[in-house]
Amino acid sequence: MAEHSSSVGFYILIFAILLVLTATTVGAAFINLGPLNPILALGIATVKALLVVLFFMHVKGASEKMTKVVILAGLFWLLLLLGLTLADYGTRLWS
Amino acid sequence: MSTTAIAVAEHENYLNKEYGIKSWLLTTDHKRIALLYLMSITFFFFIGGFFALLIRLELLTPAGDLVQADTYNKLFTMHGMVMVFFFLIPVVPATLGNFLVPMMIGAKDLAFPRINLLSWYLYMIGGVLIMHCMLTGGVDTGWTFYTPYSTAFTNTKIIEAGLAAFVAGFSSIFTGLNFIVTVHRMRAPGMTWSRLPLFIWSQYATSIIMILGTPVIAITIVLVAAERLFHLGIFDPKLGGDPLLFQHLFWFYSHPAVYIMILPSMGIISEIIPCFSRKRIFGYKFVALSSIGIAVLGFLVWAHHMFVAGMSVYAALVFSFLSFLVAIPSAIKIFNWTATMYKGSISYQTPMLYAFGFLGLFTIGGLTGLFLASLGIDVHVTDTYFVVAHFHYIMVGGVLMGYLGGMHFWWPKISGRMYPEGWGRLAALIVFIGFNLTFFPQFILGYLGMPRRYWDYSHMPEFQILNVLSTAGSTILGVGYLLPMVYFLWSMRYGKLAPDNPWNAAGLEWKTSSPPTTYNFDETPVVDFEAYDYEHIPDREVPGES
Repeated sequence: MAEHSSSVGFYILIFAILLVLTATTVGAAFINLGPLNPILALGIATVKALLVVLFFMHVKGASEKMTKVVILAGLFWLLLLLGLTLADYGTRLWS
Repeated sequence: MSTTAIAVAEHENYLNKEYGIKSWLLTTDHKRIALLYLMSITFFFFIGGFFALLIRLELLTPAGDLVQADTYNKLFTMHGMVMVFFFLIPVVPATLGNFLVPMMIGAKDLAFPRINLLSWYLYMIGGVLIMHCMLTGGVDTGWTFYTPYSTAFTNTKIIEAGLAAFVAGFSSIFTGLNFIVTVHRMRAPGMTWSRLPLFIWSQYATSIIMILGTPVIAITIVLVAAERLFHLGIFDPKLGGDPLLFQHLFWFYSHPAVYIMILPSMGIISEIIPCFSRKRIFGYKFVALSSIGIAVLGFLVWAHHMFVAGMSVYAALVFSFLSFLVAIPSAIKIFNWTATMYKGSISYQTPMLYAFGFLGLFTIGGLTGLFLASLGIDVHVTDTYFVVAHFHYIMVGGVLMGYLGGMHFWWPKISGRMYPEGWGRLAALIVFIGFNLTFFPQFILGYLGMPRRYWDYSHMPEFQILNVLSTAGSTILGVGYLLPMVYFLWSMRYGKLAPDNPWNAAGLEWKTSSPPTTYNFDETPVVDFEAYDYEHIPDREVPGES
């Protein structure tokens, strides 16, 4: 793991960014952006999840291939959940 | 009783190393934790069974005369919740899995012994919550918590029951995590992946499902709570939500959960059949990889629970096709077990009787699953007793047969005592007869159109005879389940002392003493043999056989 990422200050910085992003999500919910509202909220949520996975869960800098396999498997499973669920929502109006 | 046997019994082992409640409640020994789980899971089995008997008793007559309709709804809900979350899901991994996984791979313990103990405490916290929920009113939604009924209409204890399942779910995640890390990191020298016992492969596949599926049900429960408490529009159409989204999320976990239940039992059958056929397993790699195949394919089939719920017919076609695929790895197992027995030297000890029961009942359950995967037939029998019979053939006929077979097979190792073989065989026979008498009539009832979850069927009194048969069967089944508990307890004091390897079975767990010492092996074993190398293991003198 890179040296800078193990210091307490670094983790506090990541935590602060997460708090700011949470505040942004809440703030954005009060502005009417039309269809952009959910896109913005999901975008911010994805960035937050990435920060947690990369730094708090130490995936960035992990040397083990197994760690990456586990992360990829998790993402693949999420894709299955979303993809097959959307197979229903995306084709419901066809008939 | 031989002197060797006495010497074996008197050695220091995990049971007699320490005494007192504290030594059990604070233990980090995987074998003791397995026994803690065994006691608590057995308790919940009998609670769930009690509800089942009340349900069957109500259905003895067409009129709804034993309990009120609301009470009946609560009975089948609590039966389902207790049996699914507090019995079937943890039963094999948390008891036999906990006991055997380290031993079978030549390790001293699981990778995270304290997390293992934590998982039991979480299970117990979940258990206390569900008991409290039961005693203070219960839930009436069915164990499936379908929305919007669960979020907008019912005034029963949804949040508490959801919390119980949520907490118990974490216990299951911890067990899965522990098994995966243990299998990767703690195998003895020489214990390669292709030498792993098939029970380990099945536990590994189960752990994958536990880790990848359980978080989804956990977050779904949180969403139900959020909608119920804060009226956030997620599932309720009135609030802008979509009720089918709940079913997608719920079944994304709850269908694979069936494989969490059945895969470990399949692992047990893979151990029992070669041992009592005195033959190497037929097609080791196929049986091993079919467990992984079931785990992966099991995640692609969930919407077959929703064919009549209003989902897209195009998606239904895809899910119907995918549901057929999962039959392939299951059939691989059945055919390979049968091929293992072919020309084997078969003996009919109690574990093998349960394995035979498993083969027949699981096959019936699996084949009727194919009926239900077909869109046309599914529309006809959805929400009828046909579905109830189908999943009980898998979840009771399959899972419990495997579990009881495994308990008899490894009981000498767990307790250091032999169970009474004659009683064992009798109980296996009673379970088999009781099970079929209970559930086979339900296939016919369902096919004829009796809906599930009805408390009163007085408008269709012609169904009474089949219901009477089913209720009669359930009492026989109840006796069949009580018997092993009685003679296992009896054997702990009065049973014959068990030798280290009473079945002359392959596998590292039989190379330790019965019962094992705290760290399982005096020296780390070195593995230079294949799994199930029965051609090179001398035949045994079977206790009770000679």
